[in-house]
Amino acid sequence: MKNHVLRPLWLAVGLVILVMIARHFMVPDDFGVHGDSFTYNYYRLSNVDEWKEFPVKYQGRERCAKCHEENSQSISDSRHKKIQCESCHGPAAGHPREVKKLVIDSSREQCLRCHALLEYPNSRRGMMKGIDPDTHKSKFECKKCHDPHNPNLEDR
Amino acid sequence: MTCSRRQFLKDTATTTLAAALPVSTMVFLTPGELKAAVEDKKTRWTFLVDTNKCVGCGMCVKACKLENEIPYDSPVTRTWVERYVITKDGEAHIDSPLGGRDGFIDDKIRDEVIDPKDITKAFFVPKLCNQCENAPCVQVCPVGATYQTEDGVVLIDRDWCIGCGYCIMACPYGVRFFHPVTKTADKCNFCYHRTSKGLEPACVQACAFDARKIGNLKDPDDPVAKTIATKRVAVLKDEYGTKPHVFYLGLDENVR
Repeated sequence: MKNHVLRPLWLAVGLVILVMIARHFMVPDDFGVHGDSFTYNYYRLSNVDEWKEFPVKYQGRERCAKCHEENSQSISDSRHKKIQCESCHGPAAGHPREVKKLVIDSSREQCLRCHALLEYPNSRRGMMKGIDPDTHKSKFECKKCHDPHNPNLEDR
Repeated sequence: MTCSRRQFLKDTATTTLAAALPVSTMVFLTPGELKAAVEDKKTRWTFLVDTNKCVGCGMCVKACKLENEIPYDSPVTRTWVERYVITKDGEAHIDSPLGGRDGFIDDKIRDEVIDPKDITKAFFVPKLCNQCENAPCVQVCPVGATYQTEDGVVLIDRDWCIGCGYCIMACPYGVRFFHPVTKTADKCNFCYHRTSKGLEPACVQACAFDARKIGNLKDPDDPVAKTIATKRVAVLKDEYGTKPHVFYLGLDENVR
């Protein structure tokens, strides 16, 4: 074959080889098909473990109860028993060692998430005990009268 | 037929080579690999949302954002809650301010005051990634940065994602977004770091009304798997053929 045909051909072949060498060094060894399907399972395997190591923030009420037995018991006996400690006290990751004190959200907005009255028929929200935030003691935090760990006023 | 010694050896070598060539293209599996390929997988994470129970407190959205390090005040979220208020004229009033992060405190919907007497029904619908069996977002990724794990969850490789946004466009449920800090695509992964440690996802733990549950579809004794098998459940946008794995109890026709 003539030289002017071969020269660009070698150039193209050389480029392909160069790209393949570069790919060999840039793509991690564990990148490939890990599963049944090329479409859905073509990935870097070590990424799965990277996600598993993502730090957990919310610890759950069982861990809180290990030290704060009294407070955990009081809310468990109340109508708020289903609410997680960390829903108001904030995620407890690093507590007590690095984070000495958790910041409690005792704002009106926190209580109003459930207890702002929305008159919705055939909805659980409509059945919740609710108030109109504008007319019901709008200047005060709810906990001034209602203990979040025992919200029933008659028990006081 | 005559055959010289030289010819015989030549032919033998060629035949052996020709026979060995197709064999060399095959992959030989160890017994362990074969077992893994044939045997059914042990886990298939699935989600059950009971829209009858949700009151729209938004604690799930708040917990999700804090657990998964999603910028709190940025208008992106891995899970969100939608409010549907259906009035007598048949119209659906829908909103989800900040994805429902701060709950639904106001009875106004998009600044519109609705007379409670006109409301025929109202409900809240939590939404999250459906971890589809035929995930369109995975199909379109040009670099293999998003994939399905063997337990059915679709993950995103943040080191590998180039941020092209194809997957964000491909998802029919709109669950994907561009993470403003990592500059990659992001979405719910059923709190993979928690489920793999035996913990519930942050949203499930935060829900005080049992509206959100996670389960293993492959475990016949799993309460969520039992509910999906025995109760009347629905999925979102079934017609897309994505085989979503977030099931809904009490889903209304107005939900899109």
